[in-house]
Amino acid sequence: MLGKLTWQAIPFDQPIPLVAGGAVFLVLVAVIIWIIVKGHLPYLWNEWITSVDHKRIGVMYMLLSLLMLLRGFIDGLMMRSQQALAFRAPGYLPPEHYDQIFSAHGTIMIFFGAMPMMIGLMNFVVPLQLGVRDVAFPTLNSTSFWLTATGALLVNLSLVVGEFARTGWLPYPPLSEAQYTPGVGVDYYIWALQISGVGTLLTGVNFVTTILKIRAPGMSYMRMPVFCWTALASNLLIVAAFPVLTATLAMLALDRYLGFHFFTDTAGGNQMMFVNLIWAWGHPEVYILVLPAFGVFSEVIPTFSGKPLFGYRSMVAATLFICLVSFMVWLHHFFTMGAGGDVNAVFGIATSIIAVGTGVKIYNWIFTMYGGRIRFDAPMLWSIGFIITFVIGGMTGVMLAVPPADFELHNSLFLVAHFHNVIIGGVVFGGFAGLTYWFPKAFGFRLHEGWGKAAFWFTLAGFYATFMPLYVAGLLGMTRRLQEYDVAAWRPWVLAAGVGVLITLAGAVCQVTQLVVSIRRRDELRDETGDPWNGRSLEWSTASPPPAFNYAVLPNVHGEEPYWEIKRRTIEAQHLAPEPDYKPIELPRNSPTGFITAFFATITGFALIWQIWWMVGLGLVAAYAVFVIFAWRDKEEYEVPAEEVAAIDRARRSAREQWLAAHAQVGEQV
Amino acid sequence: MSVSQALPGPHRRDMDPYLIRDGHGGHGGRDYPTGRGEGGPAPRNVVVAYGFWIFILSDIIMFSAFFAAHAVLATATAGGPSGRELFDPTHVALETTCLLLSSFTCGLSAVATRARDLLWTEVALLVTGLLGAMFLVLECQEFASFVARGASPERSAFLSSFFAVVGCHGLHVTAGLLWLGTMMAQVCVKGFRPNVLRRLLCFNLFWHALDIIWVALFTIVYLLGLGR
Amino acid sequence: MRANSAQPICPAHAVSRRVRSCLRTAVRISPLLPLGACGGILDPQGPIGDSDGLIMLNALEIMLAIVMPTLVAALLFAWWFRASNTRARYLPNFDYSGRLELIVWAIPLLVILFLGGVIWIGSHDLDPYKPIASRNAPLNVQVVSLDWKWLFIYPDQHIATVNQLVVPANTPIHFYLTSASVMNVFFVPQLGSMIYAMNGMVSQLWLEANHQGNYYGESSQFSGDGFSGMHFTMRAVAPADFASWVQSVQQGRGPTLDLTGYATLEKQSQNVQPYAYRSVDPSLFRAITARTVPPGPGPQTGPGGLRGHPRPEG
Repeated sequence: MLGKLTWQAIPFDQPIPLVAGGAVFLVLVAVIIWIIVKGHLPYLWNEWITSVDHKRIGVMYMLLSLLMLLRGFIDGLMMRSQQALAFRAPGYLPPEHYDQIFSAHGTIMIFFGAMPMMIGLMNFVVPLQLGVRDVAFPTLNSTSFWLTATGALLVNLSLVVGEFARTGWLPYPPLSEAQYTPGVGVDYYIWALQISGVGTLLTGVNFVTTILKIRAPGMSYMRMPVFCWTALASNLLIVAAFPVLTATLAMLALDRYLGFHFFTDTAGGNQMMFVNLIWAWGHPEVYILVLPAFGVFSEVIPTFSGKPLFGYRSMVAATLFICLVSFMVWLHHFFTMGAGGDVNAVFGIATSIIAVGTGVKIYNWIFTMYGGRIRFDAPMLWSIGFIITFVIGGMTGVMLAVPPADFELHNSLFLVAHFHNVIIGGVVFGGFAGLTYWFPKAFGFRLHEGWGKAAFWFTLAGFYATFMPLYVAGLLGMTRRLQEYDVAAWRPWVLAAGVGVLITLAGAVCQVTQLVVSIRRRDELRDETGDPWNGRSLEWSTASPPPAFNYAVLPNVHGEEPYWEIKRRTIEAQHLAPEPDYKPIELPRNSPTGFITAFFATITGFALIWQIWWMVGLGLVAAYAVFVIFAWRDKEEYEVPAEEVAAIDRARRSAREQWLAAHAQVGEQV
Repeated sequence: MSVSQALPGPHRRDMDPYLIRDGHGGHGGRDYPTGRGEGGPAPRNVVVAYGFWIFILSDIIMFSAFFAAHAVLATATAGGPSGRELFDPTHVALETTCLLLSSFTCGLSAVATRARDLLWTEVALLVTGLLGAMFLVLECQEFASFVARGASPERSAFLSSFFAVVGCHGLHVTAGLLWLGTMMAQVCVKGFRPNVLRRLLCFNLFWHALDIIWVALFTIVYLLGLGR
Repeated sequence: MRANSAQPICPAHAVSRRVRSCLRTAVRISPLLPLGACGGILDPQGPIGDSDGLIMLNALEIMLAIVMPTLVAALLFAWWFRASNTRARYLPNFDYSGRLELIVWAIPLLVILFLGGVIWIGSHDLDPYKPIASRNAPLNVQVVSLDWKWLFIYPDQHIATVNQLVVPANTPIHFYLTSASVMNVFFVPQLGSMIYAMNGMVSQLWLEANHQGNYYGESSQFSGDGFSGMHFTMRAVAPADFASWVQSVQQGRGPTLDLTGYATLEKQSQNVQPYAYRSVDPSLFRAITARTVPPGPGPQTGPGGLRGHPRPEG
């Protein structure tokens, strides 16, 4: 009746997941009860859950990502502490449990931590920077978010119902086949990723269409901010790479569920094919993650240096170059599989070539700083920390790109340190830079600067303290994913990393404190004008937070830094441009489609994992019904009357006029 | 734009090639496209069709992954039956005819839509659906006959790959038929509203794309498989 | 499918000595000095390890040549052009320079060109399948990775060991590797390259130990719950000692390894203590790679299968 699901699925005999799961469940229930009792549910439902506004969706992505980063970080803490304790000793995590933890750590951090962080930033910022009202397909956008949340929910559910995969974040067969991993763990992984993968793919379609087809009048391709270019490149990669992941996981699912032989040991299966297919997705994936982060830095560094980005065109060229070449390097993840000198060399050279594109970007950022007037607010600190850290990580990457070196470093802690170096230094630092930079725009008040700086320094120091020792351990021959080890030479480095991670923990605590303190002190930190950083791109011309329609009248774009030009002319003329002719604005209606589709996707996913076939059928039928009902609605949009638009925009203009009168004088360097 | 020179030497600012010849900064409502994308947001029809194309491209990439797997596994018959022993060219030809004809009738329905003729739109869509269903029936027959002969997907990697790639296409056709039914109902109830027209366009794109994939499929899987 | 390379590495000893002294110098002048004494990759004991390590350090030094000035420039500019520094020139329109663009694209390109050469030559010279030329005849060892231990078969000596690899020093070892079940990677850090071991396939590796000693060996591909216990010791001994060890095993009281014994060995077990088989069925490796012996079974009981150190009977 319930497939493979029995009471044994709940880990009554394992204290750690039981207590952790129980605690999370209680917190969730408490939060839900508080929401209902305080009467916030209608607000939440109408303004957030059913919202199709890219700004709201972006904030929800960010929230999901921060929660999942925390969960992934806890997994990381457990891994470091286990390894610190497990020198010729069993530690506190038996292999069955430890294996799930490192698998969950990687899966959650990449799919539900880093991806939502970047997608959240792109969601919030891109339409604003393009000078338009929303993305191409707003309801699809909402569906994408909720499907991603479904994936996150399923992975976290595996903690208390059943188990998670024990195969690492990429489940290589034959280990991941049913014969060697018969439990539901790999199935949780597969369905969580298939469902959220659909969401991500739809995001890719949405943003490629938006960036290429929906921009303010006058904004030609070469007048887009670099963040939009990197968003375009990242979403093109999503469209091109995620289908491969979908296909590959489908093949694995067919093997596990229906006895197919894509990757099995017997009947002609080919395990090397899995490795090739999964990395054909996997390598573009890391560029999907890092390109938006590069975009963030391309916005932050010019703003806080007080000058335009250096070398706009070569930045665009480098971005597209990286986008293209990222599809040609996948074999460097398995030089040691025995492809031979020719093949290994070609892919090694291609991998080094990609470093050229990244190197160009780094130099352009450095020369953006040259001749600037640099302010060291938190976003700029993250950016400078990124430059230093990412360059080191890239250097170790090029070392790994040399096959003979990789023959000794593949799958070692050196590799682990390298990819954390570039992911933390690039994606995480970029995410935090973007968070602190655009937070005032999203919420109308800045984040507390002191706690932000403390978070930065602790996270930076913690990163080096944790991962530099791991580089050494890798050079000493230590391989990854060990639950226990007995080589004395490795011990001091593993212990050092165990201490280092506590410094990172302090950084995480500072991040959370920053949020709490900023919310409590939001009136002191209020952003009155909408332009707290003296920004250069269009989003800073809106109020903070922007109204639902973003721009009362779509801006006419005249140059590469359109807002900077508008500001300069305004200051020179000492008054704002004349009031525009306000017209009513049509906006898409909110819709519960995304949320309800994801609800049924969760049910279908859970049923597939536990092989409850009637529930699968039910979930699919229900999801289709949701689609039909959505397609049947008559009223897709609502209108904001011209008077309301005028009232909202006049408030923004008066704030700007006050700022003009109080601050800016002609000739003052802004 | 600022023209002040901070550095000696040539400075690009004065020579901005994107300055429109007539001196304006560029704004929406131009009546000729400049190719640089300054025309402002595209109309809704263009946006929807473009987005759907991108989606179709992603779907083709997913099929490519299955095709790639088939290329690797085509000879992995593990002592079991190969394509030559299994495939019936007549059967495949029949399936192809059904599908190609259905594409033709789908095109006819687009012509009828353009003429805003409800009856013929529905008729053409119905025939498209019936032909598509015929295709699926033939395919299921083929699968059943293979399984009955012991050539099930669990027999070998080649068969796994065959069933997966052909089955994936069949699943897409099934989803297409569901969508087709929904569209027929929508057109009937709501008439030729702008959003209904956009959806019909997307459906047409989808159906023709499935056809293209089928052509690739029967070439790579069936024709090449018969030759091995 | 894999062609034998026409040019093996130059006589191992002469070049290896030179390479090792280069490596020692490189390590000494690098900040990695203290690691040289600690074992692992920077303390290679054989020609492959020497060459791998040298290339790695060369690549590092080439990269450092660009990376160091870049990092210095980044920090310097950030500090000098801080807003409070009134002495720094403010250049609000400096956003393009053809000369700088040229340098900025050219330097990485040139370095990558150079590195590309290193990669091309290194990938061919150090391809794991490429034999090591030596005065001494190579020793053949067949390696089977199981869940979760290593089986080493000496086809010419007709003996086998589990989790212990004894070889003569200064002799090239020609490894033929496969797996009983899931993917593993055979790796002895101090001797050099690693290679995947996969079921139904045979990969090859050449290694040589130039000094007698015990070297730590491990699997570098996660293979399941018993993975952490999948390490072994590679003992390089004098050739005479190797011959006498082989003899002692052949005449000893260890079990024999036939197809039945292998089927028992295939069952999942962890932390297996090293032992030796006094004789091996000569067709066993062939049977494993041709899959006439079915691949290892998965977990038999509980989440990770059997735990402990069962010794197969017979």
